[in-house]
Amino acid sequence: MKLTRYMHWAALSGLMLLLFILNLGLGSVSIPVSDILNILAGNEASNIIYADIIWNFRITKALTCVLAGSALSIGGLQMQTLFRNALAGPDVLGLSSGASLAVSLLLMGQAAGIRFFSDPNPWTIVIASSIGAGAVFLIVLFIARRLGDNTSLLIIGLMMGAATASLVSVLQFLSEAEDQQAYLLWTFGSLGSLSWSEIQILTLVLVLGALVGLLSVKALNAWLLGDNYARSLGVNVNRSRLFIILSTSILTGGVTAFCGPIAFVGLAVPHLTKLIIKTHNHRVLLPAVMLSGAILMLFCDIIAQLPGSKYVLPINAITALIGAPVVIWIVLKSKRISI
Amino acid sequence: MSTDTFMNCIETIDLTVGYTNRHDGFNILLENLNLKLKAGELVCFMGQNGIGKSTLIRTLAGLQRPLSGTIKFNNLDSKTIKSSADGLPHHLAVVLTDRITAVNMTVSDVVSFGRYPYLGWAARLSTEDIQIIKETLKETRIEHLKDKKLHELSDGQIQMVMIARAVIQDTPIILLDEPTAHLDLNNRLEIMNLLRRLAHNYGKAILASTHELDLALQTADLIWLAGQDKKIITGIPEDLVLDGTFDFIFQFKGFDLKTGKVQHEPYRGLNIKIEGSGHEFLWTKNAFERKGFSITPEASQHTVAVRQTQGSLEWVLDDKINFRSLQQLFLSLESFV
Repeated sequence: MKLTRYMHWAALSGLMLLLFILNLGLGSVSIPVSDILNILAGNEASNIIYADIIWNFRITKALTCVLAGSALSIGGLQMQTLFRNALAGPDVLGLSSGASLAVSLLLMGQAAGIRFFSDPNPWTIVIASSIGAGAVFLIVLFIARRLGDNTSLLIIGLMMGAATASLVSVLQFLSEAEDQQAYLLWTFGSLGSLSWSEIQILTLVLVLGALVGLLSVKALNAWLLGDNYARSLGVNVNRSRLFIILSTSILTGGVTAFCGPIAFVGLAVPHLTKLIIKTHNHRVLLPAVMLSGAILMLFCDIIAQLPGSKYVLPINAITALIGAPVVIWIVLKSKRISI
Repeated sequence: MSTDTFMNCIETIDLTVGYTNRHDGFNILLENLNLKLKAGELVCFMGQNGIGKSTLIRTLAGLQRPLSGTIKFNNLDSKTIKSSADGLPHHLAVVLTDRITAVNMTVSDVVSFGRYPYLGWAARLSTEDIQIIKETLKETRIEHLKDKKLHELSDGQIQMVMIARAVIQDTPIILLDEPTAHLDLNNRLEIMNLLRRLAHNYGKAILASTHELDLALQTADLIWLAGQDKKIITGIPEDLVLDGTFDFIFQFKGFDLKTGKVQHEPYRGLNIKIEGSGHEFLWTKNAFERKGFSITPEASQHTVAVRQTQGSLEWVLDDKINFRSLQQLFLSLESFV
């Protein structure tokens, strides 16, 4: 039992490392594997430009995959446990919708007579997205304190998502094709183009979110028995609910700000992980979904680069394309999805 | 946790339970309760649906605020307990009617939640915890289920698992909300016997709400009966039967609690005398009463004798016709009556 568990961890870590290096090797410029390993080891490569490409483009991108995949997966796991709903993901609280609304206001707002910045740039998008996710977080927090039960919270999260989506479509209807396209590109999600300083912020986001999640391990586990049993076991469910919302908000808000609304990873990864590591203990599940999330994201990014071609497909198209069949396969195979 | 026998484990002082309503203030279900739940006692809590049994259990378990009054646990008031490091989960465990939706958990997973009040943030079980879990599974006789998934269990087995989880919490008090609901007779008996063992052998104070009148009357040390005027009457089962409290509260429709039988109307207007003894006599009498005959001790229109012949039963109608079963007897009786 113990041994197989160690083997699972070793296999997951090994797979992640392998995909990480494979990810570094892919791109419009082909770099030999020996050069990649040399550059990683700090040695000279055969071409001086290679080092620059690896350090400033490929590693940042691969790291973004790892960070975003881990963060979204923790968020998904927490939401599935909190709502005891297999279809919950990090976006059920409406955070990505809030971020989308803010970004759409930024990119298409002039159609509606609103203009925030003379010229939207990546940083203003990050700020707008954070403000949008943050505003929704505050609304959810306020509602969570007033309503005692998780199901109402889930419904309100979904309703807010629907309301913001309709506002966005109004803006899209009013705005010009050029602005629409800018917004559309953002919704496709993007893992590249993060600088090292942005990676640092995203790392901080992941560490913070994961720590708050780890502090809630007992509550997450006890929630599997339902609210009342959790309370009878001494779990402060109200405080824990706020902690879990806080953690998921930091993680989802952070990732959405830097990478756009990346769908499906947070929903699919917890199910995939439980297929390999059969436990209900979140002390084990949290690190496990982090690893699996990183793996799935690296894998999706590799597919998105369409090995052998110069095209890069939008990451959001790939995550759903890979994730959906996998989840369908799991449902068909086990006939019962565990939360 | 040791407890003196017959110590007050729960004591309520002028406790009123119910719900607060946004429109008209309070919805009081049970009021001014001064109840005592003692160590080593199994108390069955009875009363009609909707009278507030679950509400009282939830309130005692700290899952719901009382409207007024106070509750003491092991002679400590609830405020003292709340501010202490241990908290209520070290004093009291519950078995609720809530269904567990995470059906992929194993029995071991579920029962180990009983140790949660004693664990740190990482919820890591110590060897002592594992030992307690092992012993309790043995004591509750569900050791063989420990690696089964919840969805592989029957309703009765799930209920045993939830009770084992509460026992593993190692508290002097256990509250159970309808632990025998939806179970067949054998499972109901098994659960009531387990609760009795826990109370008598381990000195736990156990309160179980139930609708099983016959079972409660035969197993409970004490009955709490929620009735009219938002009050709870307490007493030992036999006293409450004989002084008519049960009849008054439940307003039985055609059921005689003192004989334990459903009342029948002798609609045929025919008198039958039955000869015989023991179980055979009693069941034959039941059959004739159910079929609408009046039974008389003196000689009357018909006589039925029940007796053993060569190891099997035989019924003789008016010393003339022999029958091998009551069914045959009634068939021929109805043809000429």
